Amino acid sequence: MSMNAKALSGGFAQPVFDAQAVFRLLMDGMSRPGTHQTVGTEIGQPSPLGEAAGAIALALCDADTPVWLQSSFAKSAVADWIAFHTGAAATQDKSEAKFAFKQAGAGLCSFDLFSLGTQEYPDRSTTIIIEVAAIGEGRSLVLSGPGIKDSATIKVTGLPEYFEEIWRGNRALFPRGVDVILTAGRTLVCLPRTTTIA
Amino acid sequence: MSLEVPSDQGLATYNFAYLDEQTKRMIRRAILKAIAIPGYQVPFASREMPMPYGWGTGGVQVTASIIGPKDVLKVIDQGADDTTNAVSIRAFFQKVASVAVTTHTKDATVIQTRHRIPEQTLSEGQVLVYQVPIPEPLRFLEPRETETRKMHALEEYGLMHVKLYEDIAHNGRISKTYAYPVKVAGRYVMDPSPTPKFDNPKMHMSDALQLFGAGREKRIYAIPPHTEVVSLDFEDHPFEIQRFDKPCALCGAEDVYLDEVILDDRGGRMFVCSDTDHCEERRDQGHAGELLARQEAAE
Repeated sequence: MSMNAKALSGGFAQPVFDAQAVFRLLMDGMSRPGTHQTVGTEIGQPSPLGEAAGAIALALCDADTPVWLQSSFAKSAVADWIAFHTGAAATQDKSEAKFAFKQAGAGLCSFDLFSLGTQEYPDRSTTIIIEVAAIGEGRSLVLSGPGIKDSATIKVTGLPEYFEEIWRGNRALFPRGVDVILTAGRTLVCLPRTTTIA
Repeated sequence: MSLEVPSDQGLATYNFAYLDEQTKRMIRRAILKAIAIPGYQVPFASREMPMPYGWGTGGVQVTASIIGPKDVLKVIDQGADDTTNAVSIRAFFQKVASVAVTTHTKDATVIQTRHRIPEQTLSEGQVLVYQVPIPEPLRFLEPRETETRKMHALEEYGLMHVKLYEDIAHNGRISKTYAYPVKVAGRYVMDPSPTPKFDNPKMHMSDALQLFGAGREKRIYAIPPHTEVVSLDFEDHPFEIQRFDKPCALCGAEDVYLDEVILDDRGGRMFVCSDTDHCEERRDQGHAGELLARQEAAE
């Protein structure tokens, strides 16, 4: 398939109901950090974008939300696909982005360059979607905070060791800070800024 | 169940759940940020709804943005399923979203409420959507939005404690009985909407997600499940909920919130459960309050 055809194909089969279903996964995930949510619909996203990451873009992005994409997506049809299906503008400026799509394999750095919100408007911060190798196997992370009864454990493969350090820095900024959604294929796990990783 | 919106009336039908998709996305993004910052009021571009401000336009917009064809909706107004506001909002969603509705708290997945939390403990998987008239707990103490926003930013809530202290100085106790301010997850002071303070303890560590929508004031805020919600008080004047002298006159329930109902023009009155579903369920189980027992004896 040519690059153009890849960008134009796919999307939600039933935009209204699929968007609602994906949003409910995100709402359940954000309100219960650490729970696995599974995207149920085929969306025909171009690789290397994952199914869950693509579904998040379709459900939440539009002309009001500048999107930042990691450079590893540059040689693919991902940018064109998101632009065509959501109407969201791509931005190079991390601090302008409402949503950012990353691949953990390509290395993570501090979240400081993304929008962290202000003390007055902490909601004006970037939501970062990080694709990892696998969720449900690998290194254990113990989570606690609002939405979690006592504690929750998630297993993630492909997240660098220093993620905890970056996350601690993000947690310390509260109420400012970014919110993270980890994705692996169809699975997603939310890490709102309130979550502490032990 | 078909997912298609009925289109036999031609093109001029509404989108599923009334709101257009771009509006829903905007509200959904606000809801996710609200959940990530418990108790913080997220500004959103509130739309005109086909009902006046003050009738729950904020709650309706939140419900319309989260509801799907598989949901079961319950709407209550001051605890009752059969009052004007509850009936018309329920009918609205039956019409524009063809969702199943119920009056039973335990069967509902989404419960939109005005000024009460159901007596039955809510469970995981349920969402409680509050209609909020004035979301800013500091508004009557400081009218300027720029100032209250700064106070939230600096976690400067001294003014609220002064107000509660003045209450004690004037009345000997904290006289606020509804919209009693709470602190969420140890950070933001939040207005729980004009629910009686009787309901405040139910918000603490609830299994259900709680969402708040204020349409006229254009704010959305949230309390995730299992989140600490503390009613503000003082060590020597601890927070207390209302107590009632008598149980419900119809179902005999104690430890529930009661409404006063005038029976005649000679001072006759009774106190009954404000949560109509809870009261009906108890009567079905065979519980009978004083008035019901007397009526049955007369028959």
